[in-house]
Amino acid sequence: MNAPFAADAGMRDVIDTRLTAPGIRCAGCIGKIERELPKLDGIESARVNFSAKRVAIRHSTALDESDLVDALARIGFEAQPVAANPLAQDDRETKALLRALAVAGFGMMNIMLLSVSVWAGAQGSTRELFHWLSAIIALPVIAYAGRPFFSSAWMAMKYRRTNMDVPISIGIALATGLSLYETLDGGQHAYFDGAVMLLFFLLAGRVLDATMRSRTRAGIGALLSKMGRSTAVIQPDGTTKRLNAEQLAPDMLMLVAAGEALAADGEIVSGTSAIDNSMLTGESTPVGVGAHDKVLAGAVNQMGSLTVRITAVAKDTALAEIARLMDEAGQSRSRYVKIADRAARLYAPLVHSLALAAFIGWILAGAGWHQALVIAISVLIITCPCAMGLAVPAAQVVAAGALGKRGLLVKDGTALERLADIDIALFDKTGTLTMGEPQAELDDLPPDAKAVALGLAQASRHPLSRAITKALLADHFVPAKLDEIKEHPGQGIAAKYLGRSVFLRRDPDAPAGLTSRLTIGEKSWGIRYADHLRPDAAAALRMLGAMGIESRILSGDREQMVAAVADELDSTGEGGATPARKLAVLEALRKEGHYPLMVGDGLNDGPALAAAHASIAPGSASDISQQAADAVFVGDRLMPVALGIKVARRTMSVVRQNFALAVLYNICAVPLALGGLVTPLIAAVAMSLSSLMVVGNSLRLVRVAR
Amino acid sequence: MTGLTFLIPIALGMGLLGLAAFFWSMKHGQFDDLDGAANRILIDEEDEG
Repeated sequence: MNAPFAADAGMRDVIDTRLTAPGIRCAGCIGKIERELPKLDGIESARVNFSAKRVAIRHSTALDESDLVDALARIGFEAQPVAANPLAQDDRETKALLRALAVAGFGMMNIMLLSVSVWAGAQGSTRELFHWLSAIIALPVIAYAGRPFFSSAWMAMKYRRTNMDVPISIGIALATGLSLYETLDGGQHAYFDGAVMLLFFLLAGRVLDATMRSRTRAGIGALLSKMGRSTAVIQPDGTTKRLNAEQLAPDMLMLVAAGEALAADGEIVSGTSAIDNSMLTGESTPVGVGAHDKVLAGAVNQMGSLTVRITAVAKDTALAEIARLMDEAGQSRSRYVKIADRAARLYAPLVHSLALAAFIGWILAGAGWHQALVIAISVLIITCPCAMGLAVPAAQVVAAGALGKRGLLVKDGTALERLADIDIALFDKTGTLTMGEPQAELDDLPPDAKAVALGLAQASRHPLSRAITKALLADHFVPAKLDEIKEHPGQGIAAKYLGRSVFLRRDPDAPAGLTSRLTIGEKSWGIRYADHLRPDAAAALRMLGAMGIESRILSGDREQMVAAVADELDSTGEGGATPARKLAVLEALRKEGHYPLMVGDGLNDGPALAAAHASIAPGSASDISQQAADAVFVGDRLMPVALGIKVARRTMSVVRQNFALAVLYNICAVPLALGGLVTPLIAAVAMSLSSLMVVGNSLRLVRVAR
Repeated sequence: MTGLTFLIPIALGMGLLGLAAFFWSMKHGQFDDLDGAANRILIDEEDEG
């Protein structure tokens, strides 16, 4: 504030940017980000949303997204920009339901208050007054809180279908209409209390369901990164212009900056760099490329900028071929219908005919139309599939919430249902069983050499440099001050340190790729890299084995690498598998009557993820893989995969118990209602009790995930 | 009985007040980050100016 002029100039063009940082895990992280970021030039404030793992940053337009990502990386958080909020829709739906629930709750409490005095024996004008008050409260409440059901029922009727919402809407409308008639008539009974209570409990189920979906989708949305969707194209007049991937055409020249993903297949015209093909092949070692080499869409340019002549765009690219395979493979899964929907399809018509039968039956038996209608409404309300409707979502919400806390984000209910069926698991190797990124082994270096290595490595975006940076920053080293830093793409980085020249470069003597050499003056050290297995990979596979699930490795990597990992994990492995081969393996397993689980990360696993009965991808996986997978596990540990299957199985058994409870309740209650022994209010109370039982039973799942 | 003419409006008014408070807090993002709010009390406030 002591520089008002500068602050003022900065204020004029501040913008908000949202980044996701899945690494925010504790209060310390919130404090660190919110304290450290505003200290940087151009950043005005930062606010962390812990539940969504998001950081909202107010900053001047001088900074762009990549500056912010770098700033977060420097204080130790991996971050990614959020794509234009695709989740706003879901969020709005949940909020609308919550509001309806609050209104229904308000109405229910007040009407109950009035009803209690009516039951307690209020007579004459008092009773009439209370009925009128109830009507005045209930009508707007039902009109507002009932909208989600009425509109859904209306849609279903318009297309001549029926769903759970149709009997609910009819029941509520009839009960309200009849109560209104009673009130006008000065009659004995009004059933506003029953109708509103019914709405309240139904809405509670809907809110639970929506919360689960939006929470897990937000978690997965947080992990999705953006990929080569636009690129800079060199125009004939020499200027560059950013075009979206769909607007590209063959023979255009695109300029691909370091760190960008390629948006189309092409041939390099000028420039040298290293290309990370891990999205396409699963192989994590970057490949050096130069003029006349072919590059594929989806690959990420790691170092120098490249000028690429486009040879194939959009649907002709190798990437699109994989996407097409995925589309076809995904078809089989979309046929899987949710248990609740299957139940609803049978249940709704049954309820309608039962209520209608009760009405006609009682009229024929000589009851007045009024009494017959009351009984029909009781049947509609008491058979209202509340407990049925809650049986599945309540269990799934509890299970998904518990799993989320343990690092597995489940996308929707059917995913849990399918995970429970799994009897064989196929794992990709790179990035799934292993960490997927090289880790530098720096133990041989003296501390000052480490400081120099950090100074050099920080200046480069090469994945090996990043590995060094990450390892040293994690050990709290401070980079040495270097001058004249220069990066030679494909070779290394050079600089001056206290007058001596220092290098970090590819080791010329080492046979294959993954060794660098750090030189300070006369002395030099080798730095090796290894892609380690996840720390608990063996334990997770053992746990799967204990549940009777066989694990196999199916990877696009070389045969001997896969065999080595398979040996270490005491499993069987197959290397060199193409996306089509992976599909074939899955198809063969399916034919044998197995339910395969696919766990993989690369784009080359995409089709297999979509085709498998259920699939899980790590949080570091490509966009497309995460989209295709049923669940995403975050962090370094593989255990959430095994835990996910265990919890899914328990969830399904709880769902079955819930259905049993609901059916038992109906078997007891329906005959009573048909016999005319239940008033609509008692029906509503009984129905609520059965709902509470189902919810209580589901809550037991919290303990399973522990 | 005359008590009712006071009590019922009061009961309704308090209920509406609660409902309004809930709507207000939802609109102003009080429920956006429940876990975060729980964690924030653990942050040490270091001379933030």
